[in-house]
Amino acid sequence: MKFGVVVFPGSNCDRDMFDSLQQDLGKEVIMLWHKDEDLSMFTTDDCIVLPGGFSYGDYLRCGAIARFSPMMKSVIEFANKGGKVLGVCNGFQILCESGLLPGALLLNESRQFICKNVYLKNETSDALKIPIAHGEGRYFADDALLDELEANKQILFRYCNEEGELGGEGNPNGAVRNIAGIRNKAGNVFGMMPHPERATNKLLGNIDGITVFNILGLN
Amino acid sequence: MEITVQTAQQLRLTPEEFELIKTKLGRTPNFNELCCFSAMWSEHCSYKNSIKWLKTLPRDGGKMLVAAGEENAGLMDMGNNFGVVFKIESHNHPSALEPFQGAATGVGGIQRDIFTMGARPIASLNSLRFGNLKDKKTQHLLGGVVHGIGHYGNCFGVPTVGGEVYFEECYHTNPLVNAMSVGIVEIGKTVSAIALGEGNPVFFVGSATGKDGIGGASFASADITKDSVQELPAVQVGDPFQEKKLLEACLEVLETGAVVGMQDMGAAGIICSTAEMSAKGGVGMRIDLDKVPTRQKDMKAWELLLSESQERMLMVVEKGKEAEVLAVFEKWDLSASNIGEVTTDGLLKFYMHGELEAVVPAEELVLGGGAPQYTREYTAPKYLDKIAAFKLESIADLKDNADLKAAAEQLVQLPNIASKRWIYTQYDSMVGAANMSTNEPSDASIVLAKGTGKALAMTVDCNSKYVFADPHKGGMIAVAEAARNIVCSGGEPLGVTNCLNFGNPYDPEVYYQFVKAVTGMGDACRRFNTPVTGGNVSFYNQNPDGPVYPTPTIGMVGLLDDVNQKMTMYFKKEGDVIVLIGKQQNEIGSSEYLHKLKSTEYSPAPYFDLEEEFAMQQVVAGIIKDKLVESAHDISEGGLIVTLLESGFQKGLGFTVSDQSTTIRQDAFWLGEAQGRVVVSVKKENLSALTNKLTAAGQSFLEIGIVSASINVNGSDWGNIADWKEKYDTAIEKFLTKTEF
Repeated sequence: MKFGVVVFPGSNCDRDMFDSLQQDLGKEVIMLWHKDEDLSMFTTDDCIVLPGGFSYGDYLRCGAIARFSPMMKSVIEFANKGGKVLGVCNGFQILCESGLLPGALLLNESRQFICKNVYLKNETSDALKIPIAHGEGRYFADDALLDELEANKQILFRYCNEEGELGGEGNPNGAVRNIAGIRNKAGNVFGMMPHPERATNKLLGNIDGITVFNILGLN
Repeated sequence: MEITVQTAQQLRLTPEEFELIKTKLGRTPNFNELCCFSAMWSEHCSYKNSIKWLKTLPRDGGKMLVAAGEENAGLMDMGNNFGVVFKIESHNHPSALEPFQGAATGVGGIQRDIFTMGARPIASLNSLRFGNLKDKKTQHLLGGVVHGIGHYGNCFGVPTVGGEVYFEECYHTNPLVNAMSVGIVEIGKTVSAIALGEGNPVFFVGSATGKDGIGGASFASADITKDSVQELPAVQVGDPFQEKKLLEACLEVLETGAVVGMQDMGAAGIICSTAEMSAKGGVGMRIDLDKVPTRQKDMKAWELLLSESQERMLMVVEKGKEAEVLAVFEKWDLSASNIGEVTTDGLLKFYMHGELEAVVPAEELVLGGGAPQYTREYTAPKYLDKIAAFKLESIADLKDNADLKAAAEQLVQLPNIASKRWIYTQYDSMVGAANMSTNEPSDASIVLAKGTGKALAMTVDCNSKYVFADPHKGGMIAVAEAARNIVCSGGEPLGVTNCLNFGNPYDPEVYYQFVKAVTGMGDACRRFNTPVTGGNVSFYNQNPDGPVYPTPTIGMVGLLDDVNQKMTMYFKKEGDVIVLIGKQQNEIGSSEYLHKLKSTEYSPAPYFDLEEEFAMQQVVAGIIKDKLVESAHDISEGGLIVTLLESGFQKGLGFTVSDQSTTIRQDAFWLGEAQGRVVVSVKKENLSALTNKLTAAGQSFLEIGIVSASINVNGSDWGNIADWKEKYDTAIEKFLTKTEF
């Protein structure tokens, strides 16, 4: 399984993602430039990653400009063919803006940028310690859509406390139903606000991010 | 327009300086030329009132590769063919008026100083000073500055890994915003801020030029008064997205080998970068100002010369290789314009639509060239008498253990001591995936220098209350504390960058503080073998009520040759023995306890002895290297009791400690801030090896207790560490919950 990491102007977690995938997870990784369109070196078994950062300065609205880049046209085609796509932080925002994932990411409830370790879990895992760093990461969708996401098991991760309990204190940004990450209905497009790539290197004292990649089926 | 001495004075030049300019040019300058001198001879650019004393600082030795002042930032050897570049700079005056943009552009400016040398910034720190946190204005400034630093740094994508924040009344009108950046570069791949080669094209790259920040350098060279708000256009506006692209493009363009020299445009914009690059190369430039991309119509020559619009670079390119350079900037969607060429006559000639607008010899404008250098008078400030008159006996000692507990509870909630999490969680501290301190903190911030096999320890420190009480000793303490933080983290101190924030240099009492603090820093830097790689002087942090505390902020970088050398600051396990290394002193001078809880403004600086401090740090470095201790945390604000509490917070561990001393007052033992002390925890089985080593080195130490589940001091139960942590964590937030920014 090969990875491609898209570099937009203003991406700033692209190198971190590259290092994490290549050095910590031992994957083959190719950097992709936003002005290019060619994804012919990837098959649908491979994964394209949209990294964190402030693509195009996040002017207008986070991720709103990136969706129109030449590379994103190819990524959308790739996803529609069944290729795997992961968006982290700004990448998640771009996926929502481009319609590959449902819902939207709003300004944090505190109206401040927040960077810290938080805990998240999927239905079977223990609480995983993963960093967040965003100003607009409050996942939002209407109740009908949320019910549908739950029915289809599209909610990948929810914020929780250190003990793995869902609820208020573990939710850093006010995300509806504690949602930290989701997937599309087909199960090949994943988006999450927390940064697993910041938690895969033993020297940093936290490798819970490896479990996140495992849960996503990307490791 | 007739140019007279009044014109010069309006431009903040003195009549003597105006005469000097006429002599140097052999004629009266025109308005454009006078503007060039005004900006370049401003305190901010020329260091005219400080350079004499800055030259006394140790500027080479150790692992220094580029001496201070030779380039935009200092360069030190990390080994494995890598160098570390670091610098700290102030953005105090803009932040006082417009905290968000002031702080944001401060962060942007210091990053450019690093990548203009060809280094990639890997970490940022900042040092902030505000007035009383109870005050609405302070809350507004704090909120704006923190938002500005976060806005720029988070988008630019360099982690903010450390810093310090103090709140004192003297900073009410003049907050201090000092930003530091640290970068790494392969040795041999650095680029110089030099212009060379007749006929080589001069490129202007990055953002278009507007009227923002015109006169910023000279604005920063005056006191802040109620009229300062009329100078708002002197504050620049930042765009971190442009700067991120500029960073990537500049590092990429250097790979082409086509770049002769590069300099960022900060203070005094085009005039400063053209003058400094030309003077360094002993050349001149012919510049067509009308070729500079602008974002406002009809900008005049002097406006173009002085604008401090952000995210711009000046680049001298090898003739014939223009296309390679242009291709890189086109890739990054940045404008790059050929605005002139290098000449050999040493003159800067600025044209607008073919008309010659200004001719100035580059050398006459710059520091080390024609810029004036002054020797200022200084006299000991009168308030020092009040400090000398302080009597410890005038302060009643703590009555009992309950009294101590009450004081400790107040101390952990003082804004100077309490957790700064409301601030630092607004900064992206983890981008780069290299911050080794997030999960396992140390006294200094430890950042992995990816690709080098090493890590860097970094810290910013200055307790300005100590400098106020004794400028020489306080200057030494700032350096010593920074070194102590590096050593306690397992690092070897490499070098220092400094940001010297003082009042008006024409006030002899302020200048006394400056001279004494600089000489104190120099003495300590020589002892620790940490040369000063560069920095910045910010005078005029003064208003009609007086100057700020003298605040020579020290930024220090240390090296961890092996990342496993890292030492953390927190207790690991119940039962580990707690040892205080260093000597207890019977004094509480300038402590937070005395100043805030006992409302005593004038008291001596705390105990400090340079030789003892150096010896103690050598011993601590040795025991860390020998892996004899589990944690090391130095004693600073709040004294021993705060150090113990902070050591316990990370893992929720308490301590059982007692004071066996009979000769030292209780307040001095627990709350005094005598320097040269470090608290370590040690496994029982390593205790004798540790004490043997300390004894052999002649190092004073005291076994004061053990790590335990809850807190017990002098035999009385102080409860659960979690309750203390709650108070410590939320104290600052409580001031701010009802504030709108």
